[in-house]
Amino acid sequence: MAAQWGGELRFSIRDEPRSFHPAMADTDAAETIRYLTGGVVVRVNRSNQQLEPELATSWKTESGGKSIVFQLRPGLLFSDGTPFTADDVVYTIQVLMDPALHSATGDAFRGGGGAVKAVPRGKYQVTVMFPEPVAGVARLFDQVAIMSRNSTLKERAVLGAFRIAGHKPGSFILLARNPNYWKTEHGRRLPYLDGIRLEIQQNRELELLRFRRGEVQLISALSPDQFQQLAAEDGATVKDAGPTLESEMLWFNMNPSAPIEAYRKKWFASRNFRLAVSHAIRRDDLCRVVYHGHAQPGIGPFSAANRFWFNHSLKPHAFDLEQSRRLLAADGFHLAGESGSQTLRDRDGHAVEFSVITNAGNPARERMAAMLQQDLAAIGMRLNIVTLDFPSLIERISKSSQYESCLLGHVNVDLDPKGLMNVWLSSSATHQWNPNQAEPATPWEAEIDRLLKLQSTTLDENRRKALFDRVQQIAWDEAPLLYLVNRNALVAFSRSLRNVEPSVLRPNLLWNADRLWIETK
Amino acid sequence: MRRSAALLLMAIALALLLAPYVAPHPYATQFREAPNARASRQFPLGTDALGRDRFSRMLYGGRISLLFAPAAALVSSLLALCLALLAGCLGRRAERLAGIAADVCLSLPWLFALLAVRAVLPLNAAPWATVLATFGLLGLLGWAGPTRVILAAVKRHLASDFVLFARAGGCSGWRVAVVHVLPNLLPLAFAQFLVTVPAFLLAEANLGLLGLGIPEPIPSLGGLLRELENLSGAVAHPWMFVPALLLFTVVGAFHLLVSADKYSI
Repeated sequence: MAAQWGGELRFSIRDEPRSFHPAMADTDAAETIRYLTGGVVVRVNRSNQQLEPELATSWKTESGGKSIVFQLRPGLLFSDGTPFTADDVVYTIQVLMDPALHSATGDAFRGGGGAVKAVPRGKYQVTVMFPEPVAGVARLFDQVAIMSRNSTLKERAVLGAFRIAGHKPGSFILLARNPNYWKTEHGRRLPYLDGIRLEIQQNRELELLRFRRGEVQLISALSPDQFQQLAAEDGATVKDAGPTLESEMLWFNMNPSAPIEAYRKKWFASRNFRLAVSHAIRRDDLCRVVYHGHAQPGIGPFSAANRFWFNHSLKPHAFDLEQSRRLLAADGFHLAGESGSQTLRDRDGHAVEFSVITNAGNPARERMAAMLQQDLAAIGMRLNIVTLDFPSLIERISKSSQYESCLLGHVNVDLDPKGLMNVWLSSSATHQWNPNQAEPATPWEAEIDRLLKLQSTTLDENRRKALFDRVQQIAWDEAPLLYLVNRNALVAFSRSLRNVEPSVLRPNLLWNADRLWIETK
Repeated sequence: MRRSAALLLMAIALALLLAPYVAPHPYATQFREAPNARASRQFPLGTDALGRDRFSRMLYGGRISLLFAPAAALVSSLLALCLALLAGCLGRRAERLAGIAADVCLSLPWLFALLAVRAVLPLNAAPWATVLATFGLLGLLGWAGPTRVILAAVKRHLASDFVLFARAGGCSGWRVAVVHVLPNLLPLAFAQFLVTVPAFLLAEANLGLLGLGIPEPIPSLGGLLRELENLSGAVAHPWMFVPALLLFTVVGAFHLLVSADKYSI
């Protein structure tokens, strides 16, 4: 069937963007709008994970990886008719690097400590220079929506498939087709759709109800319960796109200054203890019971969804109670009490009991915590589950350090290992188990620091892969973060929506929005 | 009506007390091969998302709610009775102070107050300690409303003829309060107790719905009601509504007791 032009796509977003400035996108909704409206020089194809040319026709790195040169497409126009030139790329980099703006997108460019500069080399060629070699530098530009230096609309003038046409706070955001979008199909300018209406709707049940009524045409992130319900119905297409890069994980507080008992700190610092807990967890049950089979056991910082960077030699820590008991015995832990209600005690006789905090209102995490409680009871450990409101939880893990273990998720938005440096570098504030270390607390953390820094300046991709494989191996051996599951991307879309190619990468259903079309009867 | 409500409550309480003998499974046991199972002979009300027997959890959860909510209500009613009597007998300044304190307490957003207190509780508190803390807080925060009602009654009684006679007869203020006023306040305090019990039952259910109620693996009516968030799933499995029906019945029975009590006072 030939594609049809026109129509309005409607879907829900969870929250209202605080800003439409593309450099300030810091939430899922803001990033979705940036993706739909912003033109980028290069784009990671969400289907094959390869880098593809967009506003740039070609690019090459120079000066040993310290600069990258983009050859831009000539004759393109912003949505308001302003011509697109190399000067706009220079302006965009200047805005990103503006310290007063505090751009989260700009942070990815600031790693080297010096200034990042962009210099035009003619009307359609631009060089972006970094203070030191940057590995995988081209991929950074996937997030950089080019802004116009000369347009009176400033960041509202866009090069993407859609432009912002209306906004009713708390209710909806309206996007209209960009009349100057550069891509064409069958001799006509894309996109197929006339517009997109993003309804602001926090309640997932209401979103589902509206989807059933046909008031919205897609849902990008279904819960496993919703997926099962919709799969049993006939009005829509649901699809499990496979494991995402999002991990659910458990970690122990290893911060030496944390206000918890010294004997507990000693447990958590022990590799054997952490591995014993990991081997006592039935990850297959977590996937089957909590996610109805729509999840994969967690392995490490990256899931198999990251085709290039995932270390394929690693497997999930196996459920093995005997191994778990051996590891505990090696550290002097022993069972005490009557058979059937035995308690694990450490060398000094302390009963092994600790709490896990997680955020209230997340049924999947609360269920996982309850399952961990039963799993750990099998090796004599007592786990107390504490659900906290999100601000209290964040305060404990990032400021007061008043917690023993935490069950939380991590969302990888970047396929490149550089995106993980803020978690794995020991000096980082988000090195969750022991943040802000002046010097690496352990030899293996020092080794991870070294490998990560080395890979971030190594230009040979295969060499980088080998270095990051080693990081993943150390993470698996030392288990500072116990990866539990990687949930699958579960999506639903109306049967009338065509050209849908669900991806495990965000935005799952909208990555090819310029080619989506609606079949009208 | 009052007798019927009382009989109904007694029957429910008896069934819940017999939970260890009636429940087919331990409330925390996860039958992981049978999550979200339909109602059957093995699982009379099906299982929850973790494969735990819903009927057993309802019996034990109901037992906890019906034990601790009245206990908390008793605490707040006794607190209110003592405060009102003391304030009433100590004179106008004390009355005004008690009134202001009650107003301040009533104007507190109690849900946030509970969240704040829960956030500072020791993390390693045993689940039962958290149950006690939750209902204890409800009991301690629930004194203000009953205090205002009872204080008004104290003032009315202190201005009545029988107190005047007692004072004229040489009774001390302490004796007037304890021997003459207090017995007359007891029916009112009991009515306040009956009003407070369902309020606390619903408060626990609200906390449970937010995921901030009684911690796992201990069941509670609030925790069981969380399953109804997935309304379309619940409609397809109507036995999931039974815990809600139990809460509705218990709260309704308490309200019937109160309204019948109002007429009998």
